[in-house]
Amino acid sequence: MAKSPAKKNSSSKKAAVPATPNRERPNTPERFPLDKESMMAFYREMLLIRRFEEKAGQLYGLGLIGGFCHLYIGQEAVVVGLQSAIEPGKDSVITGYRDHGHMLACGIDPNIVMAELTGREAGISRGKGGSMHMFSVEHGFYGGHGIVGAQVSLGAGLAFGHKYKEDGGICLSYFGDGAANQGQVYESFNMAELWKLPVIFVIENNQYAMGTSVNRASSEDQLYKRGESFRIPGLQVDGMDVLAVRGAAEVAIDWVRSGKGPILLEMKTYRYRGHSMSDPAKYRSRDEVQEVREKSDPIEQAKTELMSLGVKEEELKAIDKEIRKIVSESADFAETSPEPDAKELYTDITVEQY
Amino acid sequence: MASELKMPALSPTMEEGTLSRWLVKEGDQVNSGDIIAEIETDKATMEFEAVDEGVMGPILIEEGSDNVKVGTVIALLIGEDDDPNDVSNNKNNEVVTQENTPEAATQTIEAPKSMERATDPSIPEGTAMKEITIREALRDAMAEEMRKDERVFVMGEEVAEYQGAYKVTQGLLDEFGDKRVIDTPITEYGFAGIGTGAAMGGLRPVVEFMTFNFAMQAIDHIINSAAKTNYMSGGQMRCPIVFRGPNGAASRVGAQHSQNYTPWYASVPGLIVISPYDAADAKGLLKAAIQSPDPVVFLENEMLYGRSFEVPDLEDYTLPIGKARIMREGSDVTIISYSIGVGLSLEAADKLAEQGIEAEVIDLRTIRPLDKETVLKSLAKTNNLVVAEEGWHICSVGSEIISICMEEGFDDLDSPVTRVTNENVPMPYAANLEKLAMINADKILDTVVRILNR
Repeated sequence: MAKSPAKKNSSSKKAAVPATPNRERPNTPERFPLDKESMMAFYREMLLIRRFEEKAGQLYGLGLIGGFCHLYIGQEAVVVGLQSAIEPGKDSVITGYRDHGHMLACGIDPNIVMAELTGREAGISRGKGGSMHMFSVEHGFYGGHGIVGAQVSLGAGLAFGHKYKEDGGICLSYFGDGAANQGQVYESFNMAELWKLPVIFVIENNQYAMGTSVNRASSEDQLYKRGESFRIPGLQVDGMDVLAVRGAAEVAIDWVRSGKGPILLEMKTYRYRGHSMSDPAKYRSRDEVQEVREKSDPIEQAKTELMSLGVKEEELKAIDKEIRKIVSESADFAETSPEPDAKELYTDITVEQY
Repeated sequence: MASELKMPALSPTMEEGTLSRWLVKEGDQVNSGDIIAEIETDKATMEFEAVDEGVMGPILIEEGSDNVKVGTVIALLIGEDDDPNDVSNNKNNEVVTQENTPEAATQTIEAPKSMERATDPSIPEGTAMKEITIREALRDAMAEEMRKDERVFVMGEEVAEYQGAYKVTQGLLDEFGDKRVIDTPITEYGFAGIGTGAAMGGLRPVVEFMTFNFAMQAIDHIINSAAKTNYMSGGQMRCPIVFRGPNGAASRVGAQHSQNYTPWYASVPGLIVISPYDAADAKGLLKAAIQSPDPVVFLENEMLYGRSFEVPDLEDYTLPIGKARIMREGSDVTIISYSIGVGLSLEAADKLAEQGIEAEVIDLRTIRPLDKETVLKSLAKTNNLVVAEEGWHICSVGSEIISICMEEGFDDLDSPVTRVTNENVPMPYAANLEKLAMINADKILDTVVRILNR
């Protein structure tokens, strides 16, 4: 029997409430309470990603990193806030090709990430993956995927695995505002909600898909609404504020882990650098970038918060120095490690020999 | 120590550029992110950002300089902890370029020799043979593997409640429940990706495509996500998945529903491609595919689903992947085929025998990796070879067989290796045209007679 048509809402006042008020919605996230210990950890982690990426940019400029290299500078709060809330060893993470930050936030050794960027034997994929294709099953990090949007279906698959195995794990599937227009994303949204898969879809909206701004590519530019027609609730979050991200992460994780199905987080963020290293960035003004840097840089914001808690400038400088050392060592390691042996050309094409 | 600012490479191909403008001068304080220079390449003008903070030291390359090689030190930046007077102890001022060692370019790496192929398991004497359809053989293979391994599940359109669009999954829902036999929406790209992700996460999915024509929507995940994972991850991330379903021409369904994709998948390193002919091979190889730690494309044929063959009634009949099967021995000519073409080749061989020509018929069974030893051995014996393939001839499996024979069996050839295939047209709908377009036993027979009479 056909469903009867939805009743018209006679009250005009109610017109502003969400279209489906009879469904349970996640709570409105609150900013994660500021405490010195957590904030120091976030600061450190974000700074590590920033310095690592700056170094990667330098090594690219020196010709030590080849091909495409997509830097995460500006977006650090997103991955740090989210990763701090999940359970390592139980949950899984997957993203696209702008993946260096996610790997560091998963606790993967910067040396082997940098060595992969330079295509060396010691790299995490033994030099055969490169910047866009890195994985660490040990850390629950499933890539590192070069095809825009693929990680959304694959992430739903990882979540399917968690549910099937009943291991209590969830999957964080990160993708950009550009990927948010791919068809497979919606195919996956549909199945994820239909099967109540434990997956958090994280749209890292850095405002530009390569050189195309969200407004020029998306008919609905409020991307957090993109799950609504699949009954996936969405939240829009200030992705430049690590505490806001962490607060939203808690709500999303509660929702997903309790079996309510997927949730969508739109992280409003910004990338300072070009899409990839070879991007002349003619699609936006220098002033626009500078303004974001000055007003909402996630690391500067964290620094201000820390100083308000009484952390001394010297303490922060010491962290910076320590991180510069880690990053500089990773660069040395990546530069001095040997390239893969020629014999590696034919290894690991298949697992078994037939 | 002052840090060196080097001429950056701004694209993968840039070797040199013009330092068009300095935006800072010696003694200026710069912060990370400040634009310090503009650099022009053949493609664009790019801004050069400072990565560290510090005070600009000496500028070594004047603005307006052309052909500045990537890696040249263009200026020095004095950090906070540096002695501003000491700019001498820089590690190396020479240009750092990537070690494109000349020997790496010319070095030839031999592909590993293919393994000694395992032979089919011997069937114990007295084993009962059971006559079953290919449809049943495939179902039994899945059911047996699902009973053995909890990680195995089946997903696809109409695989559960409908019992399979072609009834291949009949009865699986009843036995294994809806957790392991999953109906999907009509979204091939999406569910192929979900299956692939589940395999990456440690499960053993069997993804059914209603036909491989629809797998075109999902080919990205089969090739980019599944096939390349193990290699790209340096061998740490597995993707044990089976993509299966009918492939090739059905009957009177027109161009979009009648195509053989075997050569497409067979060209991709990282994939296993299997396309069986009879029921015993369908069962034994599907079991092997599900057990394999590698991604497998398993190509069935709708026209064969209902055909019955004898299958050994054994508890666990699993066949080796990568081994061709000699279906009929002969000494005059070899006919290589796979899938439905094998039946046509056997039919042609019977007719040839009436004319006194003994044809050896080989079923490749696995297309990738291809059992070229069996092909070459047979060629050495018969010196004449024909490939019969239900599909187009250009860039076909037949083309590959010809290459193998040219490269490694040239001295054994008494006649040119010749292909018998479908016509080079989209599949027409009209019954008469469809018949004309398709390969058949007579076309194989005629070709054999022609090459032997040269």
